[in-house]
Amino acid sequence: MRSKLFAIGAAITLSLGFAACTPGGSTNGGGTAESPKTAEKRDPATLGNVTLTMWDQEVRGGSNEAMKKLIAEWETKYPNIKIKRVSRSFDDLVKTLRLALSGADAPDIVQANNTRSQMGLFVKAKQIVPLSSYAAAYGWDKRYPAAVRATASYTQDAKKFGEGELYGLPQLGEVVGVYYSKSKLKQLGLEVPTTWADFEQALATAKAGGHTPMMFGNLEKWPAAHVLGVIQGRNVPTDQIHALGYGNEGASWKTPENKKALETMQSWVDKGYFNSGFNGLDYDPAWQGFAKGQSVFLIGGSWLGADLNTAMGDDVGFFAPPPTEAGQPAYTTGGTGLPFAITAKSEHPDAAAAFIDFISSPDAMKVLAETNNLPVTEAKDQKAPSPVNQDLFAAYDSVSSSGALLPYLDWATPTMSNTLGAALQSMTAKQATVDQTLDVLEKDYSEFVKKNG
Amino acid sequence: MSSPAPALTRRGAPGAPRRVAWLYILPGFIVYALFLLYPLGRSVNISFFEWDGLTPGEWVGFANYVEIFSTPELRASFSHALVLIAFFALLPLAIGLVLAAILNRARVRGLAFFRTVVFVPQVVAMVAIGVAWKQIYAPEGLLNDVLGVIGLGSLAQPWLGSFTWALPAVGFVGTWVEIGLVTVLMLAGMSRIQAETYEAARLDGAGPIGEFFSITLPSVRGEIAVALTMTVIAALKTFDLVYVMTSGGPGHETSVPSYQVYNQAFNIGSVGLAAAIGVTLTAIIFIISLVIQRIGRED
Repeated sequence: MRSKLFAIGAAITLSLGFAACTPGGSTNGGGTAESPKTAEKRDPATLGNVTLTMWDQEVRGGSNEAMKKLIAEWETKYPNIKIKRVSRSFDDLVKTLRLALSGADAPDIVQANNTRSQMGLFVKAKQIVPLSSYAAAYGWDKRYPAAVRATASYTQDAKKFGEGELYGLPQLGEVVGVYYSKSKLKQLGLEVPTTWADFEQALATAKAGGHTPMMFGNLEKWPAAHVLGVIQGRNVPTDQIHALGYGNEGASWKTPENKKALETMQSWVDKGYFNSGFNGLDYDPAWQGFAKGQSVFLIGGSWLGADLNTAMGDDVGFFAPPPTEAGQPAYTTGGTGLPFAITAKSEHPDAAAAFIDFISSPDAMKVLAETNNLPVTEAKDQKAPSPVNQDLFAAYDSVSSSGALLPYLDWATPTMSNTLGAALQSMTAKQATVDQTLDVLEKDYSEFVKKNG
Repeated sequence: MSSPAPALTRRGAPGAPRRVAWLYILPGFIVYALFLLYPLGRSVNISFFEWDGLTPGEWVGFANYVEIFSTPELRASFSHALVLIAFFALLPLAIGLVLAAILNRARVRGLAFFRTVVFVPQVVAMVAIGVAWKQIYAPEGLLNDVLGVIGLGSLAQPWLGSFTWALPAVGFVGTWVEIGLVTVLMLAGMSRIQAETYEAARLDGAGPIGEFFSITLPSVRGEIAVALTMTVIAALKTFDLVYVMTSGGPGHETSVPSYQVYNQAFNIGSVGLAAAIGVTLTAIIFIISLVIQRIGRED
């Protein structure tokens, strides 16, 4: 028995011996470049034979179709530069990208999620390069609204998010707003709300008329953040939401405005504006329920547009959360699809930049619109394939150019997604008060800001 | 080393262990060390760092372990795992014993069929089971429908969204899965008991219940230990059910250590803390199974 224990002990000690080194210490060698090896606009045709490897997550119908089409066009135009595409689902990409970037055979172009735990970390580890010089050369800084560029910008030390250098360029836009059923509104004698008061009145009318005003599925925890984002945009000054959403210092959750936002959300729960048992309902059945006519409205993102159009046809419409007074700009949660970034290990940053420019050019935006996507720029100039898409294009355009595109609240800190999701589930289930919820959110935010320095 | 006689030609007592035996376990040991001991050691190593998985880590000593016990959510995840033991191990054991005793006594026709039916959940992937049960528990799912039909509609719940019912709901799926394994193990154990033993007990005046407690139960002690070990480990390392069904919610009510390992490492990027949770979980599983083995072996 003793000798057996000795052997096990020896084996464990041995493996510890192999392992006794600082994690991450040896894998960081390649990523020391401050900026790309070269950074200028060059004609791709003169760059010789190059193969660019790109890791992307555009695997869903419309966006996959657009990407395939754009790559085919690119390879016809520049046969010397081949694109090797490695596509994965969003979840898989998020899990494997860290290893891919630190490995020896890193891809040239990657789609990196804007959050601090992805893009921020890659910036900090200097594994993706700043694109500001390309942005000036290709004119991205003129074509992309500042609010959109902010969602993919970090300072070089990755401490500040939403400002500093541009690190990625997105292709698709995203906006969270309100879907509605045209026939249901008509049945209730309602117009599409143009002010916030109209909207709340419409919710009350729908409830009084025996309808569920809004379907809501919050089993996954994160959907509640989008509902809050819509309400918060109406109540809280934009610069505060920016600081809270980007996890930069100088804001607080514990303000009267944020309190009002949470109280409004809670009052919607109390008034029965949502289906009962929403914390036990999945996200997908919720919007499918709306599509089947179980509610009048649905708070959701532009990514649902194509599916809702398929299910409801011309009956579905979309509006950005209405302002206090008609005609004012709209403020709501939104952003972009995952931005494309260039890795520090790429041998051909100029070719990569040329390709990114190609897939985000005005011509590319047209292809994206045709394939049922929401293009990140020039949205309102596009002809949408369906009425709800036209609504989405208009809403996104007004929000991103004249109103304010507010960051997703869970971008703020690496832990905020968990914290916010759990806190809002607790609040809406009456396990926590509004003040307790604010305390939990403030703790997460302020601890991160303090540590981030 | 100084001995002139080579070990291979030395003749000890027949059957006595020789050093050459170590050579025989070497191939197995290499694989074991490479794929188990080394990763384990590396996890222990990483658990002492604050590491985001990318930039060089920072040595923090036992701070990650302290964090496990000082953060309410992480502490809660371990107590949830203990609750799951009741659902994954104790309940299936109680039900499985009774079920096996009945099946064993009654000599039902089509026993093989029932055994298969009871065992089926074991061979279905946990993810598939999770998806199926998630639909059963949905606000307009099968369970609430059935409750409505039998006139208990007032008990209907959004089960997985309820702060009271989410953990028991997840646990019950574990019960459903593990009953089969336990029943089949117990049946195997009981089939070894000689019919004469029961006859003797009956002559001494034991009824079916007396028989169960004085003959059946002591005879399957070994099987109980095996069943408990397997089901307790399954309870403690539950991940797929929680991942698929609740993402640890509502709030943090169904968060368990394995889910936290995933969450901390892949979502939050605290690889060091994730490793510390994993190591702690490994230690707990090791101790509990050691205790169960001891109890099972005692005579």
